[in-house]
Amino acid sequence: METTTRSSAIRDGLGVGIAVGLAGLAFGATAVTAGLSVAQACVLSLFAFTGASQFAMVGVVAGGGNLVAGTAGALLLGIRNGLYGLRMADLLGARGRRRFPMAHGVIDETTAVALAQPDRESARTGFLVTFASLYLTWNATTLAGAAGTSWVADPALLGLDVVGPATFLAILWPRLTGGGAETRTPRLIAACGAAVALAATPFTPPGVPVLIAAVAVLAVILRRPR
Amino acid sequence: MSGVWWAVLATCVGCYALKLAGLSAPRRMLDHPGVQRFAALVPVALLAALIAVQTFAHGQSLHVDWPRTAGLGAAVVALLLRAPFLVVLAAAAVVTAALRWLTA
Repeated sequence: METTTRSSAIRDGLGVGIAVGLAGLAFGATAVTAGLSVAQACVLSLFAFTGASQFAMVGVVAGGGNLVAGTAGALLLGIRNGLYGLRMADLLGARGRRRFPMAHGVIDETTAVALAQPDRESARTGFLVTFASLYLTWNATTLAGAAGTSWVADPALLGLDVVGPATFLAILWPRLTGGGAETRTPRLIAACGAAVALAATPFTPPGVPVLIAAVAVLAVILRRPR
Repeated sequence: MSGVWWAVLATCVGCYALKLAGLSAPRRMLDHPGVQRFAALVPVALLAALIAVQTFAHGQSLHVDWPRTAGLGAAVVALLLRAPFLVVLAAAAVVTAALRWLTA
């Protein structure tokens, strides 16, 4: 019994890790299209290792944006990982020095696989397998995507500039669909966030509108008693 | 060192620090309902704002880039058809590239 749950955790981890890791191709391509060097794209994947933040930071650079605002947007998205860590600390038994390497792996995909397992032992296995396979695939494909794109004269001709927004849409999609009361608030917030960002665009440097949208929506959330 | 390198390094250090803070923080923070709502909803606002800006903003001006908008439309169709993640991205890129090629 124990071996079957562990092997299903390994299977889940490898499936998610390799499938999502392939999206590193898109990240590498987007980063170089935005004007980053191949080395900068690879450093982000090696050491930031959290897709949405990486795409956000690179997107602001692409728009010729304010780098401080781009970094702030990436970190705001990264807060999510801290909250996963709160939930995962006990499950992973991440205490003392062991938590330093483990922390690097606490992201959307590893948390999802770990929390889907029926017991602690397989949760830990699922986490480690997802982390390892995703880390290796994501970094290898980032290099391939970045190096490949740097040989292309005009990446916009290949439609690579749409990959960034399409990635965000795919990440956001499950939160907005499915119907019912629990998708109503996210839909409203998504619509407001997009509207505020576009309204702020002509008046603020690139990168800043996204932060204004997040702060405006946050103010509304915190004011509304629930 | 260029500004972009500083932004890359700050993003790397900050993202790791946030992950580590989560694993090291006291557990009772999670019981606070404000923390939970914040965690659930801020990414929604940020991602929607990023999609809008990266599709329709060009520096500080707004304009509709038809091939890019159509590519995003193709991504919506792929998502409605429950296509895998990479198929969604490929559909968007192929439609954008095809329209640019046709109108060039």
